[in-house]
Amino acid sequence: MQFDRILLSHGSGGRLSQQLIHDVFLKELGNEILDELNDSAVFNVAEGKLAYTTDAYVVSPIFFPGGDIGRLSACGTVNDLSMSGAKPFYLSASFIIEEGLSINDLKTILMSMKQAADEAGVKIVCGDTKVVGRGMADKVFITTSGIGLIPDGIDISPRRIRPGDSVILSGTIGDHGIAILSQREGLGFSSDFISDVAPLNHLVASMLDEVGNDIHAMRDPTRGGLATTLNEFAQVANLGMRIYEDKIPVQDNIRGACELLGFDPLYIANEGKLVTIVENVAGDRVLACMKRHPLGINAEIIGEVVEKPEGMVSLVTRIGGTRVIDMMVGDQLPRIC
Amino acid sequence: MRYIDEFCDPGLAKRLVESINRLSDKEIVLMEVCGTHTMAIFKHGIKKLLAPSIRLVSGPGCPVCVTAAQDIDVARWISRQKDVIFTTFGDMIRVPGGASSLERQKGQEGADIRVVYSILDALDIARNNPTKRVVFFGIGFETTAPSIASGIQLASKQGLDNFFVYSCHKLIPPAMKALLESGEVKIDGFICPGHVSTIIGAKPYEFIAEQYHIPCVITGFEPLDILQAILMLVKARESGQVGVEIQYTRAVKHEGNVVAQRILAEVFEPIDAVWRGIGVIPDSGLKIRQEYSRFDALLQFEMPEMSDKSDLSNLSDCICGLILRGIAIPTDCPLFKTVCNTENPVGACMVSLEGTCAAYYKYSP
Repeated sequence: MQFDRILLSHGSGGRLSQQLIHDVFLKELGNEILDELNDSAVFNVAEGKLAYTTDAYVVSPIFFPGGDIGRLSACGTVNDLSMSGAKPFYLSASFIIEEGLSINDLKTILMSMKQAADEAGVKIVCGDTKVVGRGMADKVFITTSGIGLIPDGIDISPRRIRPGDSVILSGTIGDHGIAILSQREGLGFSSDFISDVAPLNHLVASMLDEVGNDIHAMRDPTRGGLATTLNEFAQVANLGMRIYEDKIPVQDNIRGACELLGFDPLYIANEGKLVTIVENVAGDRVLACMKRHPLGINAEIIGEVVEKPEGMVSLVTRIGGTRVIDMMVGDQLPRIC
Repeated sequence: MRYIDEFCDPGLAKRLVESINRLSDKEIVLMEVCGTHTMAIFKHGIKKLLAPSIRLVSGPGCPVCVTAAQDIDVARWISRQKDVIFTTFGDMIRVPGGASSLERQKGQEGADIRVVYSILDALDIARNNPTKRVVFFGIGFETTAPSIASGIQLASKQGLDNFFVYSCHKLIPPAMKALLESGEVKIDGFICPGHVSTIIGAKPYEFIAEQYHIPCVITGFEPLDILQAILMLVKARESGQVGVEIQYTRAVKHEGNVVAQRILAEVFEPIDAVWRGIGVIPDSGLKIRQEYSRFDALLQFEMPEMSDKSDLSNLSDCICGLILRGIAIPTDCPLFKTVCNTENPVGACMVSLEGTCAAYYKYSP
C-alpha cells in the first residue's frame, strides 16, 4: 500500500478502493468464496432450519486488553447464532471507516477478525467498505451478519423454561465491561483487566451433544449483564428465578473495581459467557460437560426457576437475605462518595 | 476476596441476627444517615432478616439527593457560559433542577459538561485548556470535601487561573441536629456514616448522645459491619448506656483524620445551606474562604439572581423532602413507580445510586 492511512478515496469505488480490497481485506480475510468478489456470496446449504442474525459494533476504544473491535464483531455474531442452538458457518462484514484510520490498525483488526473466525470455524464470505469524513464516525464501525444451521430436534427458546429448571452460568462475569472501562480516560487502574471476548459455538455444540433438547433457553449476557438476561427470561416465561449470590463467579479484581466504582457486576457486559436454563435432571450433566471445555471451566449452577413471583428474579445474598434483581436502567454511573 | 468475604460470612451473620432478634421485644427505630448504608442494607437483604420490631429508616445522607434544585440551576447556568468546561461527578448529571438537568443541557444545548472521577481530572482539563474556564461542581460531604480543598490548594500553588469550584458541599452533623430539632421522627439510634467519620472522627456526634440521649454507632459498609452496629445500638438501648461507639475501627479513629480536617478548615468555612426537601440548615454548607476566593465560581461569574431560594420542591406530589427527613418511605409517594422511576426520575432520591427511592425501586418487589 502506498498510503499508511485511510483516505476518502479508499471508499470511492475507484483504484484505491480496489487496492484496499486486494491488499488489505482479501489478504487478511480471503477464502475461496470471498475471493470471487461477486456481488453476492453463493454457496450450498444443507436442509433444515437456518438461523440468521446481525449486529453492529461501535466499541470505544477499538483496541482493548483481550481483543479489539475485529475479534468482537466476529465473536458477537457467532455467539448470537450459537444461542439459538445454531452451528454458525458464514459471516458477512461491513466496515464504516473514518478517514484517517491507520492502515496498520485496520490490518490488525482484520487479522484478529480472521483469527476469531478460524477459532469458531466460520468463514467471512462477503462484505462492504465505506469511508466517511473525519468526525462522521469514530475510527471504525463494523456490522456483521451470520447464518447457521440448527440441528434437527433442537428448539431453544425462553418459552420452554419450566419451574424447577436449573440456571447455569458458564463462567466469571463483568470481565469485558470492566476491561473496556479501564481503558477509558481518567481511571488509571493498575490491575490487568482482560476482556473475555470469545466464540462460544464449540462450547454450545458440546452441550447440545450431551443433553440435546434438555437445554430450554440460552443467551449471552452482553449489554445489561447477567441481571438483564435473567429478567428477560423471567418475563418471557412468566416465571420467577431464584439466584444465589455466592454461586456467581466473579474475579477478585473485577469485584474490587466494581466496589471502587459503585458498579454491580450483575449489570456489567460480557462477551464470552452464556447463561442457560436446562431441565433440572440434566443440570449436573450439562455442568460437567461445560467444565470440560476451556470456556466453561468456571461454570456454576447459580440458581433455579421457581413459579413465583412471576416475571421476577430474586437473589439470595451471601448472608442469607433476599432482594430483587431488576433490569438495568440507563447507564451505570460512577458514584461520588 | 480478602477484606470483603470475611465481612459477608453467613455463619457469623446468622449469629448476629439471632442475637439482635432475641433482644428486640419492643419497637426500635434506627436511622442510617448515609446513602451508602441504605444501599448496602438493601443490597444484602438485611431488613428481611431482622425482627419486624426493628425499623430501619433512611436519613438525608446522600449528597446528590440533598443538593437543592436551585443549585443545579446555577450549575446549568454556569455550564452555558462562553468558553466554559463544566466538570462534575457522574451522579450529578441526571439530577433534576428547577427546569432541567445537566444531562439534558448537554444533550440539547451542547454545553461542554464532562464527567470526572476526581478533582485532579478537572485540574488536568484546566491545564490542557488554558483558553477555557474550567468549573468543578463541588458536591459531597466531609468525605469528599477535603480532596476538593486540597485540589484548590494545588491550583493555587500552580497558579492555575482558569479553574473554579462551585461549592455545594454539605456537613452531616448539622443535618442530624436539624432532624432531631424538628422532632418529626422518633429515632432510637443512629447508624452513623463510616466514610464521613474517617475524616471527622467520633467527637462531632457526641452532642447527640449527650443532649438527645440517642446512641450513635459509626459503622462500616459490609453486611457484618451493619449487623454488628445494629446489635450495638440495640444493646445500648437495653442497658441505657448511651454514647458514641465506633464499630468501623479498621477505618475510623476517635479523632478522625486530622490532616484532612486541617486542609478543610484552611480552604472552607461553614455557611448556611439549603438542603433539598429540608430547607435551610444553619452552618451546614461549606463556602470557599476569602484567601482562595479567586477559585470561587460564585464570585468569579456574574450570576443573575436565581429566584426560589427556599427550594421546598416545586413538584407538588414528590415527597423526597419527607423521605430525606425519615418521615415517609418511598412507597408512601403517589409518584413512586407510577410516574417516577430510575429511568425518568422526578425527585433526587430516585436519581442517585444511593438515593432511598432508587434503593426501594431497585431491590424491592
